[in-house]
Amino acid sequence: MTPTTTLRTELPSLDADEPRQLAGRTSGSDLVFRIVARSFGGMVLLITGGIGFFLALQAVPTLQRYGTSFFTETQWQPEADVLGIGAVLVGTVSVAGVALVIAFPLALLTALYISEYAPPRLRPTLVSCVDLMAAVPSIIYGLWGFFLLQPHASAVAHWLHQHLGFIPFFAVDADADAAVWEQTRYTASAFVAGIAVAMMVLPMTCAVMRQVFSQAPAGEREAALALGSTRWGMIRSVVLPYGRGGIIGGTMLGLGRALGETIAVLLIISPAFDLKPRVLEIGTNTVSALIAGRFGEASEAQLSALLTAGFVLFVITLVVNTFAAMIVSRSRSGIGTDA
Amino acid sequence: MSTLTTPPPGGTHRSETSTAEDAPRTFLRAELPQAHRDAVPEERRLLTSIRPDDRLAIAGSWIAAACLAWVICRRLMPWDGVLPFVVVMLVCALILIALTTALTGTRAEVGDRVASALVHAGALTVGIALVSTIVFVFARGAEALPHLNLFTEDMSGVGPRDPFTRGGVLHAILGTLIQVAIAVVITVPLGIGAAVFMTEVGGPFARVVRTVVEAMTALPSIVAGLFIYTTLIVTLGVARSGIAAALALSVMMLPIIARAADVVLRIVPGGLREASLALGSSRWRTVWHVVLPTARPGLATALILGVARGIGETSPVLLTSGAASFVVVDPTDGVMNSLPLFIFSTVRSGEPIYIQRAFAAAAVLMALVLILFVVARLLARPRKGTR
Repeated sequence: MTPTTTLRTELPSLDADEPRQLAGRTSGSDLVFRIVARSFGGMVLLITGGIGFFLALQAVPTLQRYGTSFFTETQWQPEADVLGIGAVLVGTVSVAGVALVIAFPLALLTALYISEYAPPRLRPTLVSCVDLMAAVPSIIYGLWGFFLLQPHASAVAHWLHQHLGFIPFFAVDADADAAVWEQTRYTASAFVAGIAVAMMVLPMTCAVMRQVFSQAPAGEREAALALGSTRWGMIRSVVLPYGRGGIIGGTMLGLGRALGETIAVLLIISPAFDLKPRVLEIGTNTVSALIAGRFGEASEAQLSALLTAGFVLFVITLVVNTFAAMIVSRSRSGIGTDA
Repeated sequence: MSTLTTPPPGGTHRSETSTAEDAPRTFLRAELPQAHRDAVPEERRLLTSIRPDDRLAIAGSWIAAACLAWVICRRLMPWDGVLPFVVVMLVCALILIALTTALTGTRAEVGDRVASALVHAGALTVGIALVSTIVFVFARGAEALPHLNLFTEDMSGVGPRDPFTRGGVLHAILGTLIQVAIAVVITVPLGIGAAVFMTEVGGPFARVVRTVVEAMTALPSIVAGLFIYTTLIVTLGVARSGIAAALALSVMMLPIIARAADVVLRIVPGGLREASLALGSSRWRTVWHVVLPTARPGLATALILGVARGIGETSPVLLTSGAASFVVVDPTDGVMNSLPLFIFSTVRSGEPIYIQRAFAAAAVLMALVLILFVVARLLARPRKGTR
């Protein structure tokens, strides 16, 4: 400490060596650039924030009028002034739940395959295949679910009902052991819609997981292998713990997508306003399908009720997405959370 | 066990048994290095964790599983169909692989083989699902697709029983292209401008913009459509039209494109910016001549994927426009159809021939998305000779 101070006092001639003033005056073009960029930012903020604000504003009169019964009431009968999103919320959650139960293991296995098992030459192709799967329009997954999948899915539903019918989720209001089973009771259900939605959730979830897995540190992988671990042992002890944040976050991002899906669900389900956990049975409804089905005949008050339902959906999706982003960025595998 | 004579496999627990044999030699070698010169060159160890006999065992397990599944599904249980067969076969294969590996290997090896089989099966399932979707759409549309009038005529005056030689989806294709073009014209300058603001100007206000934009990517597309429907159509009294649909698509695409562009601009190396600024160029010239050209492939990819998303969205168009059956070119002039909406409304009609037309339209839509996707991939590839 002391020697340096003495040295400094011995060189008094350099006292003018202060940090130079580096912030030059902004030139005219820079000023214009800043203003233009700021106005673009402001405009986007205005548009996007305006929508959120508008939706919130619309929700106020509805919530004032119906109170908490808006969330618990299962019927949607505007003519009787009975409105509520209880049933559709449960339907939304059950469709999204089915989608996640199917998409999560498949996405995990596919992500593991691409990052760990696939031959390195094939990897870029497989990654673009997953991206392509994300770009396929949802109406096409709807067609696929409705025409190709539904017969198989209803058979599976019947089998589940026959053998696991004692679980309330798998119960169906039909005779399980009838000689000729009523196939129509097992179609147009949350289960079938959930499978189609799973196809849309899967690529998103898989892309996030794969990205995180591929960032697992090579040194730790090699260390595990050098200690005599098998490939699965390496995955279990290095890749999966490292990618835990990505697994959870990717799944939640998928959940956000699944909650808002409209057209494939609308194509497959037959609308029903029952509050029921029986996902295999015909008839369910989701918030987005409710909006798509009811906006046409809606009066102004009903429209604001529909907007409130949309707002509730938006808030749920937003909360799920925010949590997902937080989990991904907080975990060790924090980089590259774009999805 | 045959392991004592064969070279030990790298990375498996079985190597413990055979290293006991090698150990004295290594020890001697360290003491008498000159003896090593006359020794036969050491055989290179097999480093793969899977040996030929393992491959045979796994292949045998799968064949046995297929046979077992046939016996179970066709002879023992009344489970007809492809799906039960595949599921039973997978379960049998996993059990058999576990058993055959357990005959010679350790628990770690059993876990490794079973996990490997499961991962491969899972990836294969997803691959089959993707391929089946694409092939199914093209196969169901195959009957209507070869008729060229599909691309040159609209559906005005075409009844549900008319043959494929009459009518087409020109109106839907045109509608989709017009709506998406308007949406792109609106969203691209706004989205990229906002992204430039967020990354290049910064400050607390930029953080607010980024937070809101990120939040709005969660907006379900149906709510975007409902927003435009309520404000523009119900409140302001604008007729349902192509421009309303385009605005709804823009509202949906804007946060997506802004956020993707933001991510792309953020990964432009800071060194490039600093080099440009150090050479004395202004911020604006740095952005225009350095940052944006560097990020161009990424921006193009972001844009095209956003467009692919917008092309496939049905619900905003469903709410803000309508299923016109004739060509509408003026976006302000009445309802304008789009490909996804055409597919949706014709499938809903339930007429068999209409459904086939819907599949033809779906094939056209799928082809559009595929083309966009391939273009995006080509653009994203680093160009040769630029550096």
